[in-house]
Amino acid sequence: MSAIGTDAIEGFSAADNTAQATRDRLRVGAAVLLLAALFGIPLVANDYWLNAVLIPFLIMSLTALGLNLLMGYAGQASLGTGGFMSVGAYATYNLLLRLPELPLPVSLLLGGIISGLVGIVAGLPSLRIKGFYLVASTLATQFLLEWLFNQYGWFSNYSTSSSISAPRLAIFGHDLSNPTGRYFLTLATVVVVTVVATRLVRSQTGRTWMAIRDMDTAAAVIGIPVSAGKLKAFFVSSLVIGIAGALWAFAYLGTVDARSFNLDRSFQVMFAIIIGGMGSISGNYLGAAFMILLPILLDHLGGGLFGGAVDAGQLENLQKALFGALIVWFLIKEPRGLAALLSRAWTQLTSRVDR
Amino acid sequence: MSFFVETLVGGLLAGVMYSLVAIGFVLVFKASGVFNFAQGSMVLCAALTFVTLRDKGLDFWLAALITLSVMVALGIAVERVVLRPLVNRPQITLFMATLGVSFVIEGVAQIVMGASVHELDLGIVDTPIEIGGVQVSQFDLAAAGTAGLLVIALSIFFNKTRVGIALRAIADDPQAALSIGIRLQTLWQIVWGVAGFVSLIAGLLWGARQGVQFALTLVVLKALPVLIIGGFTSIAGAIVGGLIVGAGDSLAEIYLGSLLGGSVSTWFAYVLAVAFLLVRPAGLFGEAPIERI
Repeated sequence: MSAIGTDAIEGFSAADNTAQATRDRLRVGAAVLLLAALFGIPLVANDYWLNAVLIPFLIMSLTALGLNLLMGYAGQASLGTGGFMSVGAYATYNLLLRLPELPLPVSLLLGGIISGLVGIVAGLPSLRIKGFYLVASTLATQFLLEWLFNQYGWFSNYSTSSSISAPRLAIFGHDLSNPTGRYFLTLATVVVVTVVATRLVRSQTGRTWMAIRDMDTAAAVIGIPVSAGKLKAFFVSSLVIGIAGALWAFAYLGTVDARSFNLDRSFQVMFAIIIGGMGSISGNYLGAAFMILLPILLDHLGGGLFGGAVDAGQLENLQKALFGALIVWFLIKEPRGLAALLSRAWTQLTSRVDR
Repeated sequence: MSFFVETLVGGLLAGVMYSLVAIGFVLVFKASGVFNFAQGSMVLCAALTFVTLRDKGLDFWLAALITLSVMVALGIAVERVVLRPLVNRPQITLFMATLGVSFVIEGVAQIVMGASVHELDLGIVDTPIEIGGVQVSQFDLAAAGTAGLLVIALSIFFNKTRVGIALRAIADDPQAALSIGIRLQTLWQIVWGVAGFVSLIAGLLWGARQGVQFALTLVVLKALPVLIIGGFTSIAGAIVGGLIVGAGDSLAEIYLGSLLGGSVSTWFAYVLAVAFLLVRPAGLFGEAPIERI
């Protein structure tokens, strides 16, 4: 199922060694190239690209990564993503507000940890219920959290409007409020979390999760701590999602608003990982790109083709229908997601290079 | 005390309306294991089609007949175009596919029939009547009666007809059903057609109650806790779950809401449902799956 497993097995066969080495070199090369490109982007990209495309794409990837750890690796489907994002956002907001002496990365991490703890509580029903019943129970978390942040003013510092502006972003005296600064903050967070998550899924914890995902009853029989594994997955996943939520509020929107973390957001993230590829790290980026770029593309396409001819409401309906159709088409055509599609293309490419 | 009873009765009757949507879910889930999130947009689509036809001056029954054929065709089309290619995929993928379908239905229905709010008049007078000292909405009573008739009709269909018995066989064990020559795909189409019919009834009643508008799709979110409490595979469960959610919801709104200082209706049903799940992990009437290694 996971690409990691196949790699390990391929590594054992001696005959495949040189091909493996070539593949590894290519893979490292590609990663370096990608990182260089990402760091080089601010030199060429304008503010529109940073604000409207790259920053939301990176944050959506991070959120997808968080959900993928829970759903793709540990097999516990959840629709509480929006709720956990809002916990991260509000927790970080209050930390920045009430404990201004803490540096930004620490507040971000603490916000994530608070979200993770909420995740453990939300994950408790998973010890007893499974499948769609669990999905529906995570909806309870989503709606309860949404209500909580709207209902009690303390979380938003008794702001009169429902959305509150984010505090100034600064790290060790450097101001990060401009688009480039926010882009780098997001990029740095995404890189760090991705590295940690990649290590984690290859560790004992990751293997425990996969055993639970493949069949939790069997895992319990051979002595894998299923309950602890599930709760750990909920903790780590909500932590990552919480950090992403804080970034979504501070680095992307500039406001903390419970309405931007509603059920639609949860669905969006779930689409991202299913289209990208469940149980794959790179799939999160591909899925997030699909979910963020496709609406923008449809927007421009619609505006270009029928600008003025059709009214805005109709255009929106058309986009919605087209988006839904594309999702369905994609689910039918590529069961294992964009990640599998790309890895097939990659194998073809490298086999040609080897020859 | 009479206020309490009135709230309770009102809640129970509203709950029956939730059950109507939940029954559509149960039908499809039982027969094909698909958790059909598009049920809400099918309800909207039915109500919109009916209202548009009525606005064009069509007779009530003619409009209902045309809407019925549209809904049955839609249900069959969804099965044929979307779900058949997705056979044997993980359930969550099927669920997400139906979510995509709901985008398509909502988008297309509103392009064709407009997004404005329509009035829908079914000719039921909505003046409260008094039964034993309790004020009861006449409309809700009629809706509950319709739901009752629907459940009786469906139970006869499932228990007495050849098709119904075949459907139960599929729900029990698809492999065994296939091996004795039951046509799986034909029956799936039938069940999607029936789901289309149920969404027509739900669409008419909900549309008459709330006005035909986009918010109708949200009834799906009200029907989910009903399903969880009753179990995904039981029609009787959908009714009982609906009653519990309806009563719990309206009582909580009055008593818990005033305590917490705000509307609790968005989440109360879900929390109630989780509480039920912790005691009965497959719902009140659902069958607990047997796991073999």
